[in-house]
Amino acid sequence: MRRLMTVLSLALMLTGGAMAQESEVRIAVALEPPALDPTAGAAEAIDIVVYQNVFEGLTRIDETGSVQPGLATNWTISQDGLTYTFTLAEGVTFHDGSTFDAEDVKFTFDRILAEDSVNAQKALYEPIESVTVLDPQTVEITLDQPRGDFLFNIGRGDAVIVAPESADNNASVPIGTGPFAFVQWDRGSRVILERYDSYWGEAPALTRATYVFISDTATLINALLAGDVDGTNNMAAEAIAVFEDNPQFKVLVGTTEGEVVLSTNNRIAPFNDLRVRQAMAHAIDREALIEGVTYGYSQPIGSHFAPHHPYYVDLTGTYPHDPERARELLAEAGLADGFSATLKLPPVAYARLSGQILASQFAEVGIKLELINLEWAQWLEDVFTNHDFDLSIVAHVEPFDIGIYADPDYYFGYDNPEFQALIETLNATTDDAERKELASQAQTILAQDAVNGYLFELAQTGVWNARLDGMWQNSPIEGVVLRDIHWVE
Amino acid sequence: MHQVKVVGYLNPATCTVLHPPPCGEGEGGGGRTIRLPMILFLIRRFLGFAVTLFIAAAVIFFLLDLLPGDPARFILGINASAEAVANLRTQLGLDAPPLTRFFAWVGGMLTGDFGTSVTQRAPVAALIGERLWVSLPLALMAMVLSVAIGLPLGIAAARRRGSLIDTGLMVLAQLGIAIPNFWFGMLLALLFAVVLRWLPPGGFTPWQENPLAAFTSLVLPSLALALPQAAILARVMRTALVEVTGQDFIRTARAKGMTMGEAVWRHGVRNALLPVVTILGLQFAFLVAGVIIVENVFYLPGLGRLIFTAISERDLVLVRGITIVLVIGVTFTMLVTDLVYALVDPRLREGGQR
Repeated sequence: MRRLMTVLSLALMLTGGAMAQESEVRIAVALEPPALDPTAGAAEAIDIVVYQNVFEGLTRIDETGSVQPGLATNWTISQDGLTYTFTLAEGVTFHDGSTFDAEDVKFTFDRILAEDSVNAQKALYEPIESVTVLDPQTVEITLDQPRGDFLFNIGRGDAVIVAPESADNNASVPIGTGPFAFVQWDRGSRVILERYDSYWGEAPALTRATYVFISDTATLINALLAGDVDGTNNMAAEAIAVFEDNPQFKVLVGTTEGEVVLSTNNRIAPFNDLRVRQAMAHAIDREALIEGVTYGYSQPIGSHFAPHHPYYVDLTGTYPHDPERARELLAEAGLADGFSATLKLPPVAYARLSGQILASQFAEVGIKLELINLEWAQWLEDVFTNHDFDLSIVAHVEPFDIGIYADPDYYFGYDNPEFQALIETLNATTDDAERKELASQAQTILAQDAVNGYLFELAQTGVWNARLDGMWQNSPIEGVVLRDIHWVE
Repeated sequence: MHQVKVVGYLNPATCTVLHPPPCGEGEGGGGRTIRLPMILFLIRRFLGFAVTLFIAAAVIFFLLDLLPGDPARFILGINASAEAVANLRTQLGLDAPPLTRFFAWVGGMLTGDFGTSVTQRAPVAALIGERLWVSLPLALMAMVLSVAIGLPLGIAAARRRGSLIDTGLMVLAQLGIAIPNFWFGMLLALLFAVVLRWLPPGGFTPWQENPLAAFTSLVLPSLALALPQAAILARVMRTALVEVTGQDFIRTARAKGMTMGEAVWRHGVRNALLPVVTILGLQFAFLVAGVIIVENVFYLPGLGRLIFTAISERDLVLVRGITIVLVIGVTFTMLVTDLVYALVDPRLREGGQR
């Protein structure tokens, strides 16, 4: 009898344990963040763990890419678009118990703009002329020129609000104001977050979240199948089939902010000739490429813009796949026999695979590509910094980064005064409808100029336990936001 | 006679600074050349150990310095301004001349300061220290398992030389050597974690949180690591034992009235252990290499995974730190092998008295 009781109580304990788990989630992500301070590094892996979970900005970006109130519950913009007055949320504390107020906001932006700042996106905040504390709950930010994307930029992970007392240690012990507080980081293994009970906003459903770092696809599949993790934000496309017909899992296919482009060195011959670039555009068969590289899970793009964005224009038809036309254009450019070029590829699967498929597509029109595989650090040095390349393939993952084409020193070397003026106007415009019009003009110019080969938008293919809900399908900004994730019956 | 024979099993590749005679050939009579007292024997080996380490440190430092690529640009990504990158370079101390940085690095290490990781912004010594809690037990468990599996199988095969069991075991051993450990690891995970659900498919629970769970998370990885090592050991043990069994002293032992089993057990195994110990020492280096792959398959937070990420993230300070720790580990094992060798072979230990 006593033994029976023991067994029963043990069983109770076990089921109790299982029920307690229903408010916890274990998420597998491919890359471990090198540090946990999103304001001092560009690694996407940092934002995936902490953005909107541990740290919050004045605004936040939602699943559709729109700006929502964050630590600033309200704001007014002056007539000239230069002065933003933010009303801050009340009763907000950092996870170490200290109070959040306007001084922290000022500290955050002063730190970003400081002489010795190592903020990866410092340039985005350079229009800020001054940050003035009006009272503990009100802060005024003045710009030296109107910036239409200012509210978006301050919602990024790079501008989350940090406290002067803890900022220096955020790399290893992140302290923010978000709904989840950092508990521990077992380096090489996992980061554990726990619901912050004094959170000022709506409490999330989850009490605990563990990010587990698994980079190997086969291992990740095993971990999901064995129930060791509850989901992953991005599963390799070739492995999706394993989960598609399994009722225990759901597959969320969405888009990211990663435009995969055939980066073209517009500075040098023959790529400085529009006809050659048009010929290359006509030589690209996006459908075959997407099928071959991502098993059909990605969306084609015709310009440098994310398909999920409200300003997106479909320009994939600008130069349709037409090898005949490509050869004609090459002949017009005096390259009837085609030409040879190098294609420098960074060490990511999408780039290496795309490179091989593009090489065969280009060969059909007489362009012979020599594929050169590089490591990241080498790629950054050769291609990005020294502009020593003909062609490359890389995903540009920053949100709304069409403005990079306005910089003639950027590695593409695209120098078009008309486009530069357009971006300047776009940056200075705050009216949404006008911005949309300007953004579509910008996209069209890039597509017609065939500055780069526009290939596809990197997909986000999440695999989750079928009973989990509230995950983002698209990823308009880097992050795995826990706020809405919950278990359902 | 048998002395020379036994020494002949040693792989000439182990003849390094650390292995003065009786390692190489042409020393005339192998073990007989060591006449130095034990103390001198130790000093020579420790000196060799130190010199090897210094040379290794120089090679590691300057080779990595030649690599192209700017760590600061890597950390800040492609949208960062040149100014921010320059700031970070200064902050990371990458502006000083190489020779200054080399001696600062070596000097720091002598006081236990391995520098600060460029990407993780944490002390390298601490980062390595916490990983050792995974990698060392893993390597040890793999070692123990490979000995526990390999030696008995090798002895069994040698005892029944030419039989079906012998052939079967050696075919298995050949398979064990041929199967890559990462693939074997995945198969193990598939069977024991996904299908049977007896063991976790990977990951690691820290020791202080739950020692038993920590141990169980190392079972599959250490099995995967141990299999090829056990296979090699079994073959070496078998060959050595077979050869020793044919020696005069076994015949003498039998002539004194021992059964074959007794003679092999009392005299044969001990003599056959010499090549086995040498192989074990060498295997440690292979274990370290294997750990890098197996830790990635089982997503264990060990040294292997740390060096893997450090290399791909261009964290040169961290790569240097880990590499030097691994070099220390391997050369130290060589040293220990030498000492164990002296233990197993009393002729070495008592060499000076003869």
